[in-house]
Amino acid sequence: MAHGHKSNEKVVFVGDSRVRKKAVTGPITPPDYSAYPGKSEAFIPNFLLKEWMVGVVVLVGFLVLTISEAAPLGYPADPTNASFIPMPDWYFLFLYQFLKLQYVSKDYVVLGTVAIPGIAFGSLLLAPFLDTGKERRFYRRPITSILMFMSLISVFYLTKQSWDHYQHELKITNTIPEQILREEKAREAAEEAAKSGVPAGQPAPEIPLVDAKDPAVAITQKAQCVACHGADLKGNESSGIPSFHGIGDKFSKEELVDIVTNGKNNMPSFKDKLSAEEIDQLTTWLSKQKAPAK
Amino acid sequence: MMKGIYNWIDERLDITPMWRDVADHEVPEHVNPAHHFSAFVYCFGGLTFFITVIQILSGMFLTMYFVPDIINAYKSVDFLQHKVAFGGIVRGMHHWGASLVIVMMFLHTLRVFFTGSYKAPREMNWVVGMLIFFIMLGLGFTGYLLPWDNKAYFATKVGIQIAESVPYIGTYIKELMQGGEIVGAETLTRFFAIHVFFLPGALLALLAAHFFMIRKQGISGPL
Repeated sequence: MAHGHKSNEKVVFVGDSRVRKKAVTGPITPPDYSAYPGKSEAFIPNFLLKEWMVGVVVLVGFLVLTISEAAPLGYPADPTNASFIPMPDWYFLFLYQFLKLQYVSKDYVVLGTVAIPGIAFGSLLLAPFLDTGKERRFYRRPITSILMFMSLISVFYLTKQSWDHYQHELKITNTIPEQILREEKAREAAEEAAKSGVPAGQPAPEIPLVDAKDPAVAITQKAQCVACHGADLKGNESSGIPSFHGIGDKFSKEELVDIVTNGKNNMPSFKDKLSAEEIDQLTTWLSKQKAPAK
Repeated sequence: MMKGIYNWIDERLDITPMWRDVADHEVPEHVNPAHHFSAFVYCFGGLTFFITVIQILSGMFLTMYFVPDIINAYKSVDFLQHKVAFGGIVRGMHHWGASLVIVMMFLHTLRVFFTGSYKAPREMNWVVGMLIFFIMLGLGFTGYLLPWDNKAYFATKVGIQIAESVPYIGTYIKELMQGGEIVGAETLTRFFAIHVFFLPGALLALLAAHFFMIRKQGISGPL
């Protein structure tokens, strides 16, 4: 035949343009490990089974984690939420914390966002061309190893610092992270439902305002309560701002007077903005806000 | 029957050498945890790939429910998490797997680094490996936004602000990432496309190169 295919092939290609095999060698020449000491073995199935043993240990740990800890989900994104403490995923924390350091932020932010990470990750990327010696053992190439150890220590340290700072911020602003808050609320709701016999997952019944025509309502507008607690006075659950509906079930009048007069958490004091009579009138009305008897 | 089908295909495509090459290549003793327990450090690369496969599979199932728009993204994740049978498990695997893949890749990188395995002739494989590392970080960053809760929204906003501080091209990077003036509907669809199509495509190509090179060059010898 003109195209010179091997005669023992059963399928005859017309106009054979396949890449010719070079004599003997396969598509990839495996390196010869006979120079290495000890027993080498075939990849499949011998070695892969052993690697799979390690894989099974990892898989079991992974599935236990997945089943015991649900993936977190907070409240829907609300761009107007000013009190939210932004947090990247944990593996970005070191960079996030790094950018808060004095000499790589503000006027020097280019150092922090481009120069230093660029040098660090660039040299990691090009490590084989920077560390060109033949020596492979890490204790025989001290400069490379020390640079790596120092980078690792800084990364761990910055991550830890960032996390501690976040915990501290949560503490001083008295915030519970949303995803935890949401989970707790769901659990409470489920327990409540189990007690009262109402199936879980139903929205809480709306609590109407008591005496919605009361002159105290005018005070909520005058004092700008509505700015945070909303025009409908229902608060903003995801920002931890309580609703006025049914607030009388949660606080007594004395407690309400204290909260309005002195503030609480993120709520400012209204001592200077409202007179004592106005506070009295407002809190009397608030303490009447109870859910209707069932 | 199966053998007949296999032979029929093999006659036409000559597939035997391909898989025999993968199956039969010798794995030396010094990387085998059955011979030396400490050789488990050589398993991190394989485990990274294993978790990556889990990520791809769980991610494929997540896209069956996820709706990439700002009204429904959160609702669809909420529905998936709390209403769909085993939805919480699948999302859990994708969520925790994302962290685990970073951990495994980090350990694999350190193993390669401290055994000096990146040295000649394996420089190119190290560079490809680092590119895979950056792609993975990109997948982590874009995937973080998708549930569209406050955590996602504000972290992305900060991330884009950081990108914006790059001199000269910062504002362009910002607009490219946001797809507009604000972090909003365009950002979400953009991140979704990057997370589901662009980066996984690049990842698979780089993984193919990574595996081809390790087969071609073989694993580095004992220290």
